Amino acid sequence: MEVSSLRRTIVSWLQAGPMVLVFFAFFLIPLVFVTIVSFWNYNDYEMIPEFSGRGYTDTFEGCIDQLPQFCTILRTYGSTLKFCIIVWALTLLIGFTVAYFLAFHVKSKTWQIALSLLCTIPFWTSNVIRMIAWIPLLGRNGVVNQVLVGLHLINEPLEWLLYSEFSVIIAFVHLFTFFMVIPIFNSMIRIDKSLIEAAYDAGATGWQTLINVILPLSKPGIVIGSIFVITIVMGDFITIGMMGGQQIASAGKIIQTRLDAIQFPAAAANAVILLIATMMIIVGMMRLVDIRKEL
Amino acid sequence: MREGRSPAFYILAAFFAAYVLFLYGPMFAIFVLSFQGPDGGLTFPMNGVSIYWFKHLFFEGTGVINIDVSFVRSLKLGFTVALITVVFSVSAGMAFRKKFFGQTLVFYVAIASLIVPSIITSLGIALEFRLIDDWVKANQSWLPAFLFGDFQTSMGLFTSGLAAHLTWTLPFGLLIMFAIFNRFDPRYEEAARDLGATPWQTFRYVVLPIILPSVVGIGLFGFTLSWDEIARSSQAIGPVNTLPLDLQGLTTTVTNPDIYALGTSTTAVSFVVIALALFVIGQLQKKQNSLGSDAGKGV
Repeated sequence: MEVSSLRRTIVSWLQAGPMVLVFFAFFLIPLVFVTIVSFWNYNDYEMIPEFSGRGYTDTFEGCIDQLPQFCTILRTYGSTLKFCIIVWALTLLIGFTVAYFLAFHVKSKTWQIALSLLCTIPFWTSNVIRMIAWIPLLGRNGVVNQVLVGLHLINEPLEWLLYSEFSVIIAFVHLFTFFMVIPIFNSMIRIDKSLIEAAYDAGATGWQTLINVILPLSKPGIVIGSIFVITIVMGDFITIGMMGGQQIASAGKIIQTRLDAIQFPAAAANAVILLIATMMIIVGMMRLVDIRKEL
Repeated sequence: MREGRSPAFYILAAFFAAYVLFLYGPMFAIFVLSFQGPDGGLTFPMNGVSIYWFKHLFFEGTGVINIDVSFVRSLKLGFTVALITVVFSVSAGMAFRKKFFGQTLVFYVAIASLIVPSIITSLGIALEFRLIDDWVKANQSWLPAFLFGDFQTSMGLFTSGLAAHLTWTLPFGLLIMFAIFNRFDPRYEEAARDLGATPWQTFRYVVLPIILPSVVGIGLFGFTLSWDEIARSSQAIGPVNTLPLDLQGLTTTVTNPDIYALGTSTTAVSFVVIALALFVIGQLQKKQNSLGSDAGKGV
């Protein structure tokens, strides 16, 4: 028995080995390097392998002097967190509604598959293109402004439609609602239909069934979707960069700015800070659900 | 349950339709605009209809970069990533069907690789390869000259670039494998074993044919995620660019419908791959159904 269980462990590790190796060499080791380099020194053109807290002190510069006003890093994290909350609320609302429709109102299996494919196909196409796609719609001479001016609802084209917080949020919702729809839909189709009939027989209205039966049972899907959306927005620098016209700061964008200035230790220090912030959020959410049981 | 359609159905159906319009509408706008006439601009109205901008993009070039070169480069990388993702995911997925020591740790590492912000992974891989470069350059005196004689950098499309993409596609592959095996009936395997099949035969002739349609799905994820990847590539891709990185660069410099033409071309490739994969999955499932159990059919 001992020998066979050892043998099974070895076989399992051989099977999982190639994937484990990739994660070890190209995910865990790099994270270790990020942490080490974040404590290195640097000058204007290279990193210097000697211990220094400069990456961190530069990042938090002025955070104590400027009190009670917030320093740059705190303001940036505040703004990123604001995007997180707004995008999370919107994607959850839209994602839940779409998933609810697919799971409970589309009766035929074929239609369910066809419609969820319809939601998935854009996910398989390029995010950059889906962002560019908003330019002819939201730009100064874009469709939305043309229509609004044409209807005499406004005299001047609206300037805040593109390259603004508004367009960043639109793009986030456009790109990432998918991450809510699929896990929530997955949770919902596993709900035993007899529970809903029982609620109906016991006199619950549709709304009551939704709030008291379906919502609690969809919680795992909601949590998984939320983790995806929140971590994506927390670390984003591309969507905020492109749709914000490179004018809006974000936690991810600080890292990119530091990298453009070849300040690797400072970039690494910011990466460590971002990692800790993201992990705290995820650990909090993971406590609510066991992901593996939900697939 | 209740007969007929409730009013809620129509409200929700309208909501769903609006969501689908929101998903596809903007993409549709750039497809149309990429066929602008030669004098057309970045916005409506259309100034004639032509394929001028496609010719301009691929044959005259946009000045700085060769789109066709990065197009081919991204295709090669995409198919490599897809292939590796399929093989590694199926293999690891088999391992996870039984409990093994360290299983939970591997699972959490995979999840972490998925949700740790891409810029951090990308930065880490860039640092890793940069440190390797520094080490090679410092030790060039005794390293074999035929390998390291004209060493520039270890970063590149199929080293650091491939690595960065795999950290993104493998977790998806593993999660899909979990979903597959949660719905898999182990009695098929037991039957094969009882009939004297070796573990490899059981896998090759029983398990693989059953899961094959979903495995094609993993390949689809592998290719499309790589084909469109920017965030992880941004720091780790090395000296040459992939297509999406070029496209991102173009958005800041190019002010003509070139970018729409490129957008339409890349999306066309995505659509062809998606259609092909879905077709293969459909065919495989059809074949499975026709060869499936004849129990109760009175054969």
